[in-house]
Amino acid sequence: METPLVLEKWPGVISTVTIGATAQEGGTRSHSLKIGGQSSMPLLFKEGANPNKPKLAFEVWDVAPSDFDEEVIKAFGKEINDPLVWAEICVNKFKAELLCLKMQGTHPDFGNKSPEEAAKFVSAFLSKVKVPLIITGSGDDSKDNLVMPACSEAAKKERCLVGSAVQDNYKTLTASVLADGHSIIAESPIDINIAKQLNILISDMGLPLERIVIDPTIGALGYGLEYAYSIMERARLAALSGDKTLASPFICFVGQEAWRAKEAKTNPEQGIMWETLTASNLIQSGADVLVMRHPKAFTNVSNYIEELFNLGS
Amino acid sequence: MALSGLDIYKLLPKTNCRQCGLATCLAFAMQLAKKTLPIEKCPFISAQAREILESQALPPVKPVILGTGERKFEIGNETVMFRHEEKFRNPTGVGFILEDSLSDSQLKEQVGRINEFKFERVGQTLEVNLVALRQNKDASRFLQALKLLLENTDLGIILISEDMAGLKQAAALSQGRKPLLYSARKENLAPMGEIAKEFQLPLVVTAQDIDSLSELTKELAAQGIKELILDTGKKSIADKLWDLTQIRRQALKKTNRALGYPALAIVERNDAYEEAMEATAYIAKYAGIVLIKGLATWEALSILTLRQNIYTDPQKPLQIDPKLYPIGKVAANAPLLVTTNFSLSYYTVLGEVEASKIPAYILSVDTQGMSVLTAWAAEKFNAEVIAKALKSFAVQETVGHKNLIIPGYLAMISGDLEDASGFKIIVGPKEAAGIPAFLKNLN
Repeated sequence: METPLVLEKWPGVISTVTIGATAQEGGTRSHSLKIGGQSSMPLLFKEGANPNKPKLAFEVWDVAPSDFDEEVIKAFGKEINDPLVWAEICVNKFKAELLCLKMQGTHPDFGNKSPEEAAKFVSAFLSKVKVPLIITGSGDDSKDNLVMPACSEAAKKERCLVGSAVQDNYKTLTASVLADGHSIIAESPIDINIAKQLNILISDMGLPLERIVIDPTIGALGYGLEYAYSIMERARLAALSGDKTLASPFICFVGQEAWRAKEAKTNPEQGIMWETLTASNLIQSGADVLVMRHPKAFTNVSNYIEELFNLGS
Repeated sequence: MALSGLDIYKLLPKTNCRQCGLATCLAFAMQLAKKTLPIEKCPFISAQAREILESQALPPVKPVILGTGERKFEIGNETVMFRHEEKFRNPTGVGFILEDSLSDSQLKEQVGRINEFKFERVGQTLEVNLVALRQNKDASRFLQALKLLLENTDLGIILISEDMAGLKQAAALSQGRKPLLYSARKENLAPMGEIAKEFQLPLVVTAQDIDSLSELTKELAAQGIKELILDTGKKSIADKLWDLTQIRRQALKKTNRALGYPALAIVERNDAYEEAMEATAYIAKYAGIVLIKGLATWEALSILTLRQNIYTDPQKPLQIDPKLYPIGKVAANAPLLVTTNFSLSYYTVLGEVEASKIPAYILSVDTQGMSVLTAWAAEKFNAEVIAKALKSFAVQETVGHKNLIIPGYLAMISGDLEDASGFKIIVGPKEAAGIPAFLKNLN
């Protein structure tokens, strides 16, 4: 006797966000990428569309990485100290299709580069590196408000993903992103209500919901991974049930969290495993972009995604 | 799906005899639906109705107990699809496949390694659960290897064999350890069922799809063999996730008894990263047992940590008793640090204080299990709360000084806290990793 399958039919769909603009689209990127667009819970290919694979981005800085784990630095070699060379290694050697440029050097404690210097760097970066780009600030709110508009303008029409807007500091960034044709990262502190609220505030300023990506703030394996995991599942269920204000793809900053873990510093394999499993399990809960640090972890997860999608869909 | 009061009413005698103590059968049905009265209150209920109602009361995913003694554990008995809906109850049993074709010394060495997989994390002990022995040669070697296994580990045992005669002897040999048999298929259902029945052992049932699987479990259940574990064989990861999801949904959403058992997934890969990614995907999505072959400590620790994360009760974050903890041989001038009572915060700070080898006090404040910044945002870890904790635990009297080190992320409350507590506030590092260096440079 045939057992009727239990299928979930959802009215909602996750927005599709495009990162990168090619020459035809008014930018200078070698290609563009799409994320989101799902109409089922993650990886249930038989139940709904999962049209876009999760994308991996290498995290690169505008300065030499001062607090990266030694294992990560070793994997790149001393070239990592030249940001442009570092970025090129990511693209040419490790086949990155997306980079996440963090403007760490603008932080008051990490070099305090001026907005003009930052903008100049972004321009140089864009002319040298052709993959689509995520650009994030240094995390110092007041400095980011000066730096990020300059970076956004320097990357005008390149359709970058720019971050991060937070609940009490989103207006400046949203205005820039809107003016320069980018999409925005909306960061909330492991809180689904704030995530929703922030999406509403940003879209009220005129930026369409289809240009917002949620950063749910993740913890690494063993360090609160399950909080973001469940927030993402809850948000995805709400979005698929029809809540458009939560129907954004997710970006997860995996590398920076995973390499803070004590376990990651114990031995090289364990560090790589920590980053690998943090990423693969966030894919299980709906991650669309994962920002990675170690090339081996990057390759592990990249192969995992290929296996999931090529044999699944 | 639970029966409604009206569904139950249709199964009752409808005589309104009042023997149950209620005025009408309908009223009694409503109480049954709410599970406030037992079926036994109705003396006239038919055997068939009783069976339907009793099966309604059973857990949708049958709990199965594996292992014996200290290593006994339960799988199944799950009630939700997503952990935030309530919680996942019984952590996935993690086990390792060993081949009987290994030499005795190799087997011994590998079992020894598996026995060592025991890790302390955040106040919990993480352990692996099972060792599976696979028969590759004749029955006598299988038995020999099993004997060695039984002598060298107290972990739960799984017997993997296609040789019914060999398996029967192995079951007899290890019956006291309640081994799990792998596995009953369409082709060997009768002899497998007999072994499971004779030795009262749990049994894995394997079929490629849930239809065939249901047929097998129904047949076994009819023979009285009900300690079953489901397996859909070798698949791509995406197909396996689909099967595991479908099995859980059938049990929870359709009360499909034929699929209301825990599921097992086997992951055998040469690459430890690939193996761990696949194994943890199944731990997150509904496997009751995951078997792997990799024996690297870092692989085992990583997999068990993921299991710990997923099976943590979302309503009850791991927390410790809020109080003043002396660490090491504390003297009168031992530094005093404050953190939350969220286990992860406390144990991270503890680990670093221990690593610094400087005796110190840690004051764990009751933040209801929230971490530093979350608790601060929720006003559960502000100047007032900390000042109150300092007072209620008579910290100054015990410690003998009035200097308090606070987490770097709470620098903004220093002034308020100084006013509220009368302690001199020292702003510590933002990350716990900075504690040893910080403590060393304190004086």
